[in-house]
Amino acid sequence: MSQDLANASFSGYRRENGRVGVRNHVIILPVDDLSNAACEAVANNIAGTMALPHPYGRLQFGEDLELHFRTLIGTGANPNVAAVVVIGIENGWTQKIVDGIAATGKPVTGFGIEQHGDHETIMNASKVAKEYVQWASELAREEAPISELWVSTKCGESDTTSGCGANPTVGNAFDKLYPHKATLLFGETSEITGGEHLVAERCRNDEVRERFMFMFNRYQDLIDRFKTSDLSDSQPTKGNIEGGLTTIEEKALGNIQKIGKECVIDGVLDKAEAPTGPGLWFMDSSSAAAEMVTLCAAAGYVVHFFPTGQGNIIGNPIIPVIKLCANPRTVRTMGEHVDVDVSGLLRKEMSPSDAGDALLDMMFRTANGRLTAAEALGHREFVLTRLYESA
Amino acid sequence: MIDFVVHDDGDSVGVVVVEGVKAGDELTGWVMDQNIDITFKAASDIPIGHKLAIKAMQEGDTVIKYGTDIGKVVADIGVGEHAHVHNIKTKRW
Repeated sequence: MSQDLANASFSGYRRENGRVGVRNHVIILPVDDLSNAACEAVANNIAGTMALPHPYGRLQFGEDLELHFRTLIGTGANPNVAAVVVIGIENGWTQKIVDGIAATGKPVTGFGIEQHGDHETIMNASKVAKEYVQWASELAREEAPISELWVSTKCGESDTTSGCGANPTVGNAFDKLYPHKATLLFGETSEITGGEHLVAERCRNDEVRERFMFMFNRYQDLIDRFKTSDLSDSQPTKGNIEGGLTTIEEKALGNIQKIGKECVIDGVLDKAEAPTGPGLWFMDSSSAAAEMVTLCAAAGYVVHFFPTGQGNIIGNPIIPVIKLCANPRTVRTMGEHVDVDVSGLLRKEMSPSDAGDALLDMMFRTANGRLTAAEALGHREFVLTRLYESA
Repeated sequence: MIDFVVHDDGDSVGVVVVEGVKAGDELTGWVMDQNIDITFKAASDIPIGHKLAIKAMQEGDTVIKYGTDIGKVVADIGVGEHAHVHNIKTKRW
């Protein structure tokens, strides 16, 4: 099977701002930890809605607070989301999130709990959520070209088979999507350590290269400031080491197989920042799976490629996370988590191009509505990145 | 039947891609970038996903994989032996 990508299309939901999503979620979004209970109650009341509980949002300040707002607004603004109910303990920050999401033109309403209590807030928010979900249920999919598809990638619980199988498969798919003006993204800043010179060589120009090295060095400084050892129990992780990866350099060289051999890094983004055009973007980000995928969703990506070796089981509440794996033992022992089995690559039964095509085929099926393994298994990991302590 | 893969023919290690490799087993390897097959005898039991040395390395040597530096040797490694955290460490951090 080989994709005719020039003429290929996917079927998605065109939103008010022109972006195209592949899911049609109505989300109940807490501004802060205190509002999780009300959000979960609303989602329990109204079928087809989903609460996104998280532990943060109080007394954050400075860049950390800006990242909190950017992540929540970006999540609500994501084209996989049809409409949003926002609930916060007070009106000020609640309205700030509502206004940010409203800039997309999509339906969004906020509720502050103070002076109302949970009961009244839950009742009022449930009434709006019901209207939203019924409205969203009548929206129809339409065909859109690849140039309107935003695809991110991040690998997890990698092992050595990731570097020789699953990650090059993503690289092959990215190399094929790039000429058709898809909007692509990779990140995992600390996990480039040892291969940063190779990523720098792939940057479009000196300006992009300098920005990439700024982000890379900023993360190295963070690690140098807080480390108590050489990070050999954290990066690589215990699971990576169990899977045969020995050093961060080895892990990084496997990681960067995901950007293929041909596509060029067109720009560099800060965490949860949206790209401004097609091409391949690097986003400064944690290498922890749920944090990174949450940032991809907040940046506006609608489909995610997730290669794993030892079997990371992550999902995301709003974007489908497509798992691929080249480790035959993992495919055998935890196959319910794997959407695309590329273990044939390591037996020479499959070429890298065949594997890339298999992933692209699954990408179209997923965009068109097929539930991923993570979606079917109920994985909705929503994890906000924090930069430092609260005030 | 491929028992291990090597990214580049300049590499000092390969990756075992089958389960149950025991010391003494004759292994067939595939050098992916050059698409050639090689054979080595395993000198240790090596789990799937773990590395075997295809070059003898001494303490202080640099380990090469993907044609690139992946760390330093901290205990001598013989050809066919298991190469991992007990004999290789990062040069970073």
